[in-house]
Amino acid sequence: MPDPMRIRAQAAGDKTTVRVLMSHEMETGLRKDPAGKTIPAWFIQEVTAQLNGKPVLTAEWGPSVSKNPFLQFIVKGAKAGDKIAVTWRDNRGETRTDEATVS
Amino acid sequence: MHSHTKTSNVDRLKETPMTNHLNRRMALARSAQVALMLGGLGLLPRTALAAYPTAAFEAKTIPDLMKALGAGAPVESKDVTVTAPDIAENGAVVPVGASTSLPGAKRLLLLVEKNPSMLSAAFDVNEFVEPSFTTRVKMGQSSNVLAVALMADGRVLYAQKEVKVTLGGCGG
Repeated sequence: MPDPMRIRAQAAGDKTTVRVLMSHEMETGLRKDPAGKTIPAWFIQEVTAQLNGKPVLTAEWGPSVSKNPFLQFIVKGAKAGDKIAVTWRDNRGETRTDEATVS
Repeated sequence: MHSHTKTSNVDRLKETPMTNHLNRRMALARSAQVALMLGGLGLLPRTALAAYPTAAFEAKTIPDLMKALGAGAPVESKDVTVTAPDIAENGAVVPVGASTSLPGAKRLLLLVEKNPSMLSAAFDVNEFVEPSFTTRVKMGQSSNVLAVALMADGRVLYAQKEVKVTLGGCGG
């Protein structure tokens, strides 16, 4: 099971800044191990976010996003107490969802 | 992985000779759970796989990329902003951002011109999010970083910034 994400969502007026730190290797598929064998690609392909269950963000990523990816986006119309859920899915089909409360 | 253990539990319950009402009820409840989980799992990959633009993420040049996305030639614009450092000491973690002040952006892309594949990230813009995203990318060498906005009216606007990388981030 992948490690949990760290999510912070801070409201300022109508806009809520969401910062997410995910835990993922993000292998490009271009690196080689010491034996010279290519390390297969393993990276997050899709990131989605929901505000109180309503989809607000969809993003597609390539393998060039850094290891343990950071993502910041701004949601409109969220207020303190609302729930922000973030889900990622990698190219192996593994997925993880974590939730945070807007403060 | 979870569904696996659950299914085998159900099987075990069914096979036990001691099976009685209680066990059968548990088994039924379990299989309902399993069905729910499988349903959830089945749903996710289908929508995601259909949406993932593999060709775009494999594009090596801007014209290839635009073709893969079905977009026209990009035009430089002051209304699109790319945020990136002048010098990145560690190419493995370069903070970059894309944003636009224009309404009507459909998608925002982050590109690193000299990476093996240009496209790093694509964000869908809708009425619930600001067209402003920040993440961190790997850079193999000094290169231009581009923020590209695909507009609803078909225009393709971009901004670029050169980032000097002291230490490449693709680990040889």
